Amino acid sequence: MSAYRPPPLFTLVHACAALLATGSLAVTLYGGLEERRVALAFGVLVTVGELARRNGAQVREPAPLGAAAALSYALLGEAGGRATHHGLAQVVAVVLAGSLLGSVPHVARGQGPTLDHLARRVLTVGFVAVCFQPPYNRGMFDDWGGPAYALLLLALLSLTALCDAVLAAALAHSRTGWPFGPVLRDELRAVCGIGSAVIATGAVMALAVAVVGLWALPVFSVPLLLAQMSFRRYAAVRATYRQTIASLARATEVAGYTPAGHARRVAALSQAVGRDLGLTEPELAVLEYAALMHDIGQLSLVDPVPAGATAGLPAAEQRRIALLGGAVVRQTGVDEAVAVVVERQADPAAEQPLAARIVRAVNAYEEKSREGGLGGPLTALEELRLATAGEYAPEVVESLARVLARSSLTLPVTG
Amino acid sequence: MEAVPVRARAYVACVVLAALLCLLPPPGVRTPWGAVLLLAVLYAGCERVARSRFVGISHPAGTFYPVLLAGAFLLPATAAALVAVPGALLSHVEQRPVALRRVWRAAQHVLGVWAAARVHWALGGRDAVVAGDVPYALGPAGAAVLAFCLVLALLDGGILAVAERVPVRRAWRGLVARSLAPIAVHGLAGLMMAVLWRSPYGPVAALLVLLPMCVSWWAFAQYHRERAAHQATIRALVQAVDIKDGYTRGHSERVGQASMMIARELGMDDERVEVLRFAGILHDVGKLGVPTRLLRKDGPLTPEERRVIELHPEYGHEMVRGIGFLGEARAAVLHHHERLDGTGYPYGLVGGQIPESARVVAVADAFDAMTSTRSYSRARPVEVALAELKRCSGSQFDPVMVAALVEAVGRAGWRPAVTADDVRPPRTPPPGAPVSSPPGAHR
Repeated sequence: MSAYRPPPLFTLVHACAALLATGSLAVTLYGGLEERRVALAFGVLVTVGELARRNGAQVREPAPLGAAAALSYALLGEAGGRATHHGLAQVVAVVLAGSLLGSVPHVARGQGPTLDHLARRVLTVGFVAVCFQPPYNRGMFDDWGGPAYALLLLALLSLTALCDAVLAAALAHSRTGWPFGPVLRDELRAVCGIGSAVIATGAVMALAVAVVGLWALPVFSVPLLLAQMSFRRYAAVRATYRQTIASLARATEVAGYTPAGHARRVAALSQAVGRDLGLTEPELAVLEYAALMHDIGQLSLVDPVPAGATAGLPAAEQRRIALLGGAVVRQTGVDEAVAVVVERQADPAAEQPLAARIVRAVNAYEEKSREGGLGGPLTALEELRLATAGEYAPEVVESLARVLARSSLTLPVTG
Repeated sequence: MEAVPVRARAYVACVVLAALLCLLPPPGVRTPWGAVLLLAVLYAGCERVARSRFVGISHPAGTFYPVLLAGAFLLPATAAALVAVPGALLSHVEQRPVALRRVWRAAQHVLGVWAAARVHWALGGRDAVVAGDVPYALGPAGAAVLAFCLVLALLDGGILAVAERVPVRRAWRGLVARSLAPIAVHGLAGLMMAVLWRSPYGPVAALLVLLPMCVSWWAFAQYHRERAAHQATIRALVQAVDIKDGYTRGHSERVGQASMMIARELGMDDERVEVLRFAGILHDVGKLGVPTRLLRKDGPLTPEERRVIELHPEYGHEMVRGIGFLGEARAAVLHHHERLDGTGYPYGLVGGQIPESARVVAVADAFDAMTSTRSYSRARPVEVALAELKRCSGSQFDPVMVAALVEAVGRAGWRPAVTADDVRPPRTPPPGAPVSSPPGAHR
């Protein structure tokens, strides 16, 4: 494999963030801190939020409290009834210092925040501060009424969240090559979840500090920490559920109906193809479960299919096994949609839902490429292309080819 | 559900009367109708949304208290109590009698909010809220939350004692302790709402406080839904094993229950007890990998067929080893057919080499096999089965586990769930059941 070269967008984003960060640090060091107590309190809160971070594939905002504290510092115009005078540079410098300090234990454990995450944090906070601090310090919001002012903060933060979602989607797109639209949709969905809690807390904290002073910070952190905890438990139980499904899927391997690791390889490859075809995250979850359990119908067979290769069986037999599998999946109480995909995996491609088409093509590819030995993958892909007349959906096969080309035609190594 | 006893109706009537008295405004106090209306609509809306399609299941964390408590911190006592009425009367009730439960919930909340508002007022919390003096406002607010909690617990304990004839002491035990933590968090959110409501930024800013609470509530409900789905999947999975094996329905669930009883008797902590329940439930999952023809074969098995069947612990372990939360249950799945004298399978381990979890499950498995009807044998009485276990303890079973099972069955009896559909004991919460757990104290 050639040396990894980051795409230009990455370099651009990271360079902007680094420029903003160093500039802010320099200005702050040169000019000194305004309102040290306020700066210290917010810095500590960002640090605490960062310390409470948890990393994981399912988590979109790993440190909500840190993000909310950073945003509210950028929106702070008043503390305990007295106007504050900090500007853009100080906001960025304090947030950066807090974030870095809070990530020290995580870095020591080898799971620190990614550079992406820090860069996005710096850029969003910088954006909010640029929009808010200069007009505020010039007194442009003085004649706004209280409620209007609150709504202004909310609108500003919502706009920022949208921009951040677009940026995150663009970064994910350029890193992985997944289509931009669905990635953006997933990012926006996250904004509706924990993101909205971060926005509301950020705005409320800025307002509350203006009214009651710095005491507001610990008090207003509690609901957000609660939300973070709830989301974490949700993610944990989802992960456990996934493990259980994956184990159930191994029943066919254990019983000797299918080769070891087949279900997991099909699931991994199906996910990649699904992403490439622009499925959303809930659809991808259904696809993954269905791919894991696609062979479960074989458990009901009296004699195993040789090497578990269902792709070579007559169509009627394939469909019978698929229906048996659907019945088993229905029994296990998994989402109805999963059972439908499993049931229809052997139908003619034109009548299938997209997820079933993906499972069918990927399963056939996996079986054929394993049989083919060293040159197997290429031959298998060629066979799928030639067989597209009604059997495998052409757009899925093309997507599979793209995905395989990206990972240089090797099967994902799992198990 | 059976008819509500007369004494329970009388008790509810008394409470409703007291609530109505609380709603009468004392002379000379002006009711701020605008604020009351806004908060009442907000509360009713939150209740409706939270219990409808948005969440999908009735929420385990109880009622949405921040709005109620914000009312108690903002308004005179009668006005604050009024806020709770529409929401409670319109709320979604699952169990019959619906009307009685709604009225009960309304009366209960009216009394609770009224008490909280009185306490808050008496301690001078109102001035602290108006002045935005947060460290000082925490004191009266804390006292008000405590009063709210106590009133709810008192009334709930009362209805338990009256309607279900639960002894008073047992009815009240734990009610306050269980609900205090979540209500305290709700109270904190209510205090923030009240302070911002009184600030120049007004009710708009106060509404923003609810957003993180709602989001966390939603995530918590999702967590519960997913957890229920997960447990349903596991249950369905083991039913498939039971059916394939031709056992009487629910063998796996009953082995889980017996394992749990043994684990409790040995004084293990709750987490380990739960893991051992799963160990019992999943012990035969490997039979999914054994051909059905062999499992259901009538006549004697050939040595070769026996060897194939005896592979099932290894199959099962192979399947479940990827499930992290099962912990030591995985070892139990692998070793539940080992015997203390070393003649078991798959590895022929001796005595202490066998993991403790496997020794528990082995006893539970044998016990249920003896006490339930199989194709090849009739069910034996519990006493006979226990005597048989005692006879084999030392050679086949661990005497400690056998003694624990004898003890547990002797005390609580052996009444396994008839069907495997639901392993939890049936719960009949009283009308307007209290907050069951803090978002976070649940496993």
